[in-house]
Amino acid sequence: MSQKLLEVSDLLIEADIDGVWKPIVNSLSMTLERGEIIGLIGESGAGKSTFGLTALGYTKPGCRIVSGSIKLDGVDLTQMKEPQLREIRGDRVTYVAQSAAASFNPAHTLFEQFAESAVQHGKMTMAEARERSVELFRQLELPDPELIGERYPHQVSGGQLQRAMTAMALGCDPDIIVFDEPTTALDVTTQIEVLGAIREAVKARNVAAIYITHDLAVVAQMADRIMVLRYGDLIEEGDARSMLTNPQHEYTRRLLNVRALRETRKGHDEDNVQLSIENITASYAGPKKNVLEDINVNIVKGKTVAVVGESGSGKSTLARVITGLLPPSHGKIIFNGTELNPALSMRSKKDLQSIQMIYQIADIAMNPRHKIKKIIGRPLQFYLGLTGKQKDERVLELLRLIEIPEEFAERYPGQLSGGEKQRICIARALAAEPELIICDEVTSALDQLVAKGILDLLLNLQKELGVSYLFITHDLATVKSIADEIVVMYQGKVVEQGSKVDILTPPHAPYTELLLSSVPEMDPDWLTNLVGKRKRGESPTSESITT
Amino acid sequence: MGLLKLFWSLNWGARLGYVIVIFFAICALFAPWIAPYGQSQIVGDVWEPLFGEFVFGTDQIGRDMLSMLIYGARNMIGLALLTTGCAFGLGALLGFLAATMRGWVDQVLSRFVDMIISIPTLIFALIVLSATGTAIPWLITVIAITYAMPVFRIARAVAMDIEVMDYVEAARLRGEGLWWIMREEILPNAMTPLAAEFGLRFCFVFLLISGLSFLGLGLQPPLADWGAMVRGNADGIAWGYLHPLVPAACIALLTIGINLVVDTAVQKASGLRDDQ
Repeated sequence: MSQKLLEVSDLLIEADIDGVWKPIVNSLSMTLERGEIIGLIGESGAGKSTFGLTALGYTKPGCRIVSGSIKLDGVDLTQMKEPQLREIRGDRVTYVAQSAAASFNPAHTLFEQFAESAVQHGKMTMAEARERSVELFRQLELPDPELIGERYPHQVSGGQLQRAMTAMALGCDPDIIVFDEPTTALDVTTQIEVLGAIREAVKARNVAAIYITHDLAVVAQMADRIMVLRYGDLIEEGDARSMLTNPQHEYTRRLLNVRALRETRKGHDEDNVQLSIENITASYAGPKKNVLEDINVNIVKGKTVAVVGESGSGKSTLARVITGLLPPSHGKIIFNGTELNPALSMRSKKDLQSIQMIYQIADIAMNPRHKIKKIIGRPLQFYLGLTGKQKDERVLELLRLIEIPEEFAERYPGQLSGGEKQRICIARALAAEPELIICDEVTSALDQLVAKGILDLLLNLQKELGVSYLFITHDLATVKSIADEIVVMYQGKVVEQGSKVDILTPPHAPYTELLLSSVPEMDPDWLTNLVGKRKRGESPTSESITT
Repeated sequence: MGLLKLFWSLNWGARLGYVIVIFFAICALFAPWIAPYGQSQIVGDVWEPLFGEFVFGTDQIGRDMLSMLIYGARNMIGLALLTTGCAFGLGALLGFLAATMRGWVDQVLSRFVDMIISIPTLIFALIVLSATGTAIPWLITVIAITYAMPVFRIARAVAMDIEVMDYVEAARLRGEGLWWIMREEILPNAMTPLAAEFGLRFCFVFLLISGLSFLGLGLQPPLADWGAMVRGNADGIAWGYLHPLVPAACIALLTIGINLVVDTAVQKASGLRDDQ
């Protein structure tokens, strides 16, 4: 077969950036054969989504195709009119979006939405669609394939929804599916299940796929071939296996090394406990179910304690309890030898000053109408009483400390990139000269290389200033690189806790084992091996944990 | 130059709106210099014809209509601005307070507002003004209180959305007081929707004042106002005079102009464009 299924050649796409057309995809080419999975990888702004979506003949608003062609079975999509393209989309080429929760209509059942496109394209009747949905739901390992279609999107979990969306995409027997970061919003343990199911289904039906992601380890499991993009240029292209074992380009090597383990720091000093959480039990108003149950954690001065767990494990609630936003129903928090008042409003300014917090999403953690100098300057004025010139100078000092140019002081948060914003949040926390900083998923909204920069910065600051961290995360790679001690949480309880070495070396508690084994590795056979192991019962699964 | 360029980038509706608003604003600001006569000066016979010796003729007792309209613009716009400003000050303050404090403060304020809002505005104003008299301070107080209620609702809803943001939580964790959170964290982020609302409410207040004047409970002579001018000249309709239509047209024109301006402002703020 000489003709490729999809052939994109010399595609140049421009975007309207503040009224100026700038190229965001620079003459890229790609070919795709039937049954082949190609991985597009890069950081945000690499143009990977824009490029991947052109397989649908689609460009985002504000973008335009300047030159080049997109041939699907020899027919050029760039020459087609919108009605013809609509025939192709959802029929021959389908799309699975990053957030299934945002893509489903909450007012219709899963089946109604499954059937909509198939029936609308005149491909099948309602009865056929029902049969097909059951078949696909079963293939994607959704529970109760006969009945799950009758549920509404909010009645199934995030991972199930993502699989239902893949089922929808497979519904019309398309030639190509475009996956746009389908597992980025999921927990590691859920991600595995979705990845496995997607790969099985795609391979079994011999569908070609374009898989867009920023996570090299994920793409290693899925793709036959990988294209690494950066700023709209192709950095490297090649067979998945050979690229992972022998990357040619410096940038690819840096992406690969992001996950490299940092050396373990020594020194364990029990006497110098800064914060100790004793027998904390907490619940939110409403049904009396404890979100936290009998939690005990000690944080040693100048060290980092990582709290790990998936969403719903109560790790963020723990942060709310420590900061006083949610007074616990039982237990106490002791800070530097004295008990902290459980409620925020009753704490002294000194207590508030010594515990600072950094949030997950820097965008909403900073007031968009305040300039950077006001954001960083306010704690200086509020806690330390600095004003005028003294304050301005300290702001600049802090900016230097977080490696941000001084002229940023006059900017608004909206004018900064994601990594820069998070650095400003760090500076705001540091401005208070705290003893403990609570970091709530501070790197999970960032690209890997940017996240690595933030972690490096946090570690350096710790070395320089001796501040302790309580690091809340679901990402074990982060934990490995930053933590001194690890607390593993599951459904509001501590499953295992101890020094990093103890936790990361076997034997593990079953849940820790599940978490650890779920972190994608750069080995292309990793997913296959793991799924095999889990089926044979050698490795724990989410089901075996809960029962 | 920049302003002119900005003006031409607007669609025709917005341009028309700005022209109308700026025109009336100039009339209001420079009334004593523009108006050919005083607002209570009797200059001719009763109901002199339009476009004769006097551009818009004279009214039922022989005052110059044009001068009255110009002074009327000043009185009406000034009064409406002041009143809307008061309504917003009060409404936004209480709305932010309810959103920030939550709990019983929110409950008490919200239920009180529900109660006031359930009474029709015009009737409420009529009853209170007939009891208190029509002195200008009373006029402002009564209208400001009635219009502070819908403003409260909007301010509360907007502030509720802002209040759940992490930056507000960060401010609370820092130990900031209520006043700082309301003024520094919530107010700047609520400005855009509130400003759009201000334009619309201004129209309503303006119409209410015209309506009250028409009924004789608004501005009192010798102060000229458009509503009273319609009322005073209304009898002329029976004799075939078009005089009452002139102030009525002014009321309509200014209301439309403000609406056009507000529409563009809202579209700009919400990021919508004409081509979408």
